[in-house]
This record gives sequence, structure tokens and C-alpha cells, in this order.
Amino acid sequence: MALDELYQEIILEHYKKPKNMGLLENADIKVEGKNPFCGDEIELAIKLKDDIIENVTFDGSGCAISQASASLMTEKIKGKSIVEVKKLISTFKKMVKGEDDSQVDRDNLEELLALQGVSEFPSRIKCALLAWNTLLLGLEEKLNKKDGKK
Amino acid sequence: MEPGTKENTSFDADKIREHFPVFFQPENEGLIYLDSAATSQRPREVLTACKNFYEKINANTHRGAYKIAERATAAFEAAREKTAKFVGAGRTEEIIFVRNTTEAINFVAYGWARKFIGTEDEILVTEMEHHSNLIPWQITAQKTGARLRFFKMNENGILPLDQLDSLLSRKTKLVAVTHVSNVLGTVNPVKEIIRAAHNVGAKVVVDGAQSVPHLPVNVVDLDADFFAFSGHKMLAPMGIGVLYGKTALLEEMEPIYYGGEMIKDVDYYQSTWNDLPWKFEAGTQNIGGAVGLSAAIDFINSIGIDNIRKHDHLLTEYALNELKKIKDLVILGSTKNRGPAISFTLGNIHAHDLATFLDQKNIAVRSGHHCAKLVMKKFNVAATARASFYLYNTKSEIDALVHALNEAKGYFSKWR
Ligand SMILES: Cc1ncc(COP(=O)(O)O)c(C=O)c1O
Repeated sequence: MALDELYQEIILEHYKKPKNMGLLENADIKVEGKNPFCGDEIELAIKLKDDIIENVTFDGSGCAISQASASLMTEKIKGKSIVEVKKLISTFKKMVKGEDDSQVDRDNLEELLALQGVSEFPSRIKCALLAWNTLLLGLEEKLNKKDGKK
Repeated sequence: MEPGTKENTSFDADKIREHFPVFFQPENEGLIYLDSAATSQRPREVLTACKNFYEKINANTHRGAYKIAERATAAFEAAREKTAKFVGAGRTEEIIFVRNTTEAINFVAYGWARKFIGTEDEILVTEMEHHSNLIPWQITAQKTGARLRFFKMNENGILPLDQLDSLLSRKTKLVAVTHVSNVLGTVNPVKEIIRAAHNVGAKVVVDGAQSVPHLPVNVVDLDADFFAFSGHKMLAPMGIGVLYGKTALLEEMEPIYYGGEMIKDVDYYQSTWNDLPWKFEAGTQNIGGAVGLSAAIDFINSIGIDNIRKHDHLLTEYALNELKKIKDLVILGSTKNRGPAISFTLGNIHAHDLATFLDQKNIAVRSGHHCAKLVMKKFNVAATARASFYLYNTKSEIDALVHALNEAKGYFSKWR
């Protein structure tokens, strides 16, 4: 597979000028993720309004794939409900791992489809997933806390 | 060319390469393997030795009074003897077979350090250790209450010997040092470090993972107390490694695993331990691996470790020179007297992106923190690319690397 299919224009744009970089103050969810194999790091700060992700920002360092994936993710999940986002995470994971999925779900990924090429580069899948796994961790911690309170 | 780096005329890497089947698989066509510091490739002779073991004399050792068991036992013990000679151990039973360097160092941590190190004591570790010679000492310090101290390197990735006296004292019980850094290639003055440590009564564990494959090593001459290395970085199979220890230390050290083979006598409530080295070799061992290690040593000896060292050195000098010509390429550490591993960064291209680009050109380099996060911290980088060389690598492979790095700069320049 050609390198250009991995490093698509959109990915480069987001790598060069990441969206939503820097950490929000008074976030409802703060979560850190690390990739133990390569040292990439990310931190997410999420502001919720009820069950909706009102705002989300990230900070971190890593390769083009991990940074672009984080930037694209923050753009995509803003304004979505936690339930929607969890579904999105699962669809995204399937895409980068090259697993089958329904066409409707995949079409929903829109700009994130730019990361489809990652599935052809197994060693880079973990780069693309870092932000998403970190997001999932943050949401689950939050949900568990809520459940605990009930 | 520096004096002493004469062209190694008798050495023919292209010929040596022919012994390595991995380079001749259709699916690996054009493979330029520059990651031998992670694991080496294996020559046919080693693969054949393993195959022969399993086909011809496969049996458990020390257990059966029948012919093939006796032959398997003899092969296993002959491998030990060959290994002992190869690293200059005074006695064959000072060679304990383990899985790898990591396991060897953990043996010392659990079996020796936990027994002899206490709250008042100190453990001195260098800043350039691979995690396998760092984390066991962090845990040992946490569990024993000992103080963990660091022997810091300078900005060239060199351990300043003149600092050593201020770090060592009667409190120091153990010093952990790598012989050759897997990131910086630095060859450490372990002999001097060991002498200084012994002057205050401390023991020294040397991580030889990157030295034994590339340099003549003599553990007695170094006066190392413990010395660890892995077979898989020196042409042998994965899963066989070595812990060398001085007899007196191995004798006072506790076994790590308890069970079959490591006992001398067993009663209902207590048992006694076998003699060295078997006291540390509980359960069925990796006999095929040991046989492979023995064949790897034969292969290395047939070429000569000195010739390998010279070849590695020539390649490294050549690569350093060529890499230096690439603008924005930064090499970590000193460019003098180093082992055949070169870590570098290229402009603002992340090491993973660079490694993916190189892989498209069939060039295999390592990218990441190389299990040495303290080194990354020291040089203030998150990750580097690393090219490392061995006896089957050639100058033309380095040319290909340099060419590809220049191409990578072009490709990634649109990213700025
Ligand atoms: C200097 C050094 N020490 C220790 C190790 C660990 O070796 P192993 O993974 O075989 O235990 C390595 C290899 O990665 C190394 O380069």
C-alpha cells in the first residue's frame, strides 16, 4: 500500500494544526493515556452537559497518526451523547483494525475515514487508537462513578 | 580513516549473509535488516543444530538412563561448557541457563539482592540502563527499603568516571551497569566501574545483552560478579539466555524457582538444593535452545569475535559519517568508541512516521523509546529511530538507509 494512503491530506492538516489542543479548565472528565510500546502520550479534558459532550480538548505528543487521530476525534465527538460516542468508538476501532462493519456505520465516520489506511499498517494501529481508547477509559470511569453514586 | 580501523579485508559480509535463510525468502526480498540490537537473525547452522536436536536426540536431560537421554544431557552440558569458555568464566557451573537477560537480572534481584540488601543500603544504577536492568532495582529498593541512586551520564551519553567516588560508599551493596548501551551504543568502562565498586565492597551486575554479541568478553578479566546476556541477540534461538555468577555468590544466592531438578534431597517438610548450576534450573530446561546457543558460538568462533567487532566498528564509523551529512539529523550520544547501534532523530519527523517510511523501502529500523525511558528523558526526546548492525550487514545497506532518509526528508517536508 502506498504511503500516501496512510498519510492523507486531512491527516497531515490535523497533524500540522491540531484542533482543540490544550487542556480545558473545569473539565468533568480528565484522563490520560499512554502507549507503553512507543511512549506516545495523550491527555483528554471533557466538559459534559448532561450526557452530551459539550467540549473536549487534548494535549500530548506522538506521531502524525496518533496526533491527527486525536484531533479528528475531538472534532467528531463534540455535541454527541455519550451513547453515540461509545458506538462511534466501536465503529472506529473496527475500521482501523480492518474488521467488517455495516456500511451505514462506516459512512457515519465521515472525515475519520481518512484513517482507514491504518488497517494496512498493523504496527500503526495502536497509534490511531490511543486517543480513542483513552476516551473510552474516561467515559467508563465517569459512568462507573455515576453508577456508584446511585 | 582513523588508525586501527583498517579495512577488514578478510571479512566478507555478503558471503556471511548466505548463511542466513531469512534474507533469501521470497517474501523478504530486498529486506535490509537494521534491527539486530533488538534481535539478531539466525544462521542455517543454528537452525540445523536445533532441528537435529529435536529429530535425533530429543529427550529430557538428567532423567533417563537410556541412550538418547544421555546424549541430550551431554549436549546440554556441552553447551554450558562452550558458553563458559566463550565468556571466559572460570568454572562451567557458573553458567546458569535462563530465558534471557531480563530473567537473568531478575534472578539476581530476587535470589541475591533481596537476601543481602537492607534498609541502610544503597543500589547504584546508571541512567542509561535498559528497563530490564532498572525496574528490578526499583522494585528491590522498594521492597528492601534500600536507597536507589543514579550514576548520571553526561550530554554525550558517557558515564563520567570521576563522579563515581562520590556515588559509592560502604553503603553501596550493588551496582547495576550495562556493558554497551542499546540506545547510545556507548561502551562503558565496566572494568573500572567494577574495580571502584569492589573497593567499597559492592557487587556488580553487568548487563551484557549488547556486548557479548559484538565484543570479546571475559567475565573473569572484568571481575564481574554477575553478568547477564541473551542468546537471541547473538544468533541463537529466542528463549535461551545466560546468567553468569561467581561461585561464592551463586552459592549464597537463593533459588528462584523450586521444583524438579533443583533439589538434592526431598523429605516431607523440607528439602535441600542441588549443586550449581542445577540449583537454579528448576523444571525442564530449554535444551534445544542451549544446543542452538552452542551452535551460534561455533558460528561466531568460526568467523572470530574480533573480526565481527572490527566489521561492526567499520560499519558504525561509516554510518556515523554518512548520517552526519544529513541536515537536521541528530545522533544521540558520542560518536566515538561505540557499539553498532545508532539512535537518531530527523528534523521534526516522529520516529514512527520515519520507521513506516523506511519500511516502505524495506528497511527495518526500530522506533520508539527502546525500553530506555531514562535515556529519552535525558536527551529530551519522546522517541528515536535506531539503526543497528551486525555481521551480515553491508555498507551498501547503510547507503540505502542514508538515501531513504534523504527521501523521507523530501516526503515529510510538505508537512511543515
Ligand atoms: C542492553 C539490553 N539489556 C537488556 C535487554 C533485554 O533483553 P531480553 O529481552 O532478551 O531479556 C536488551 C534487549 O532488548 C538490551 O538491549
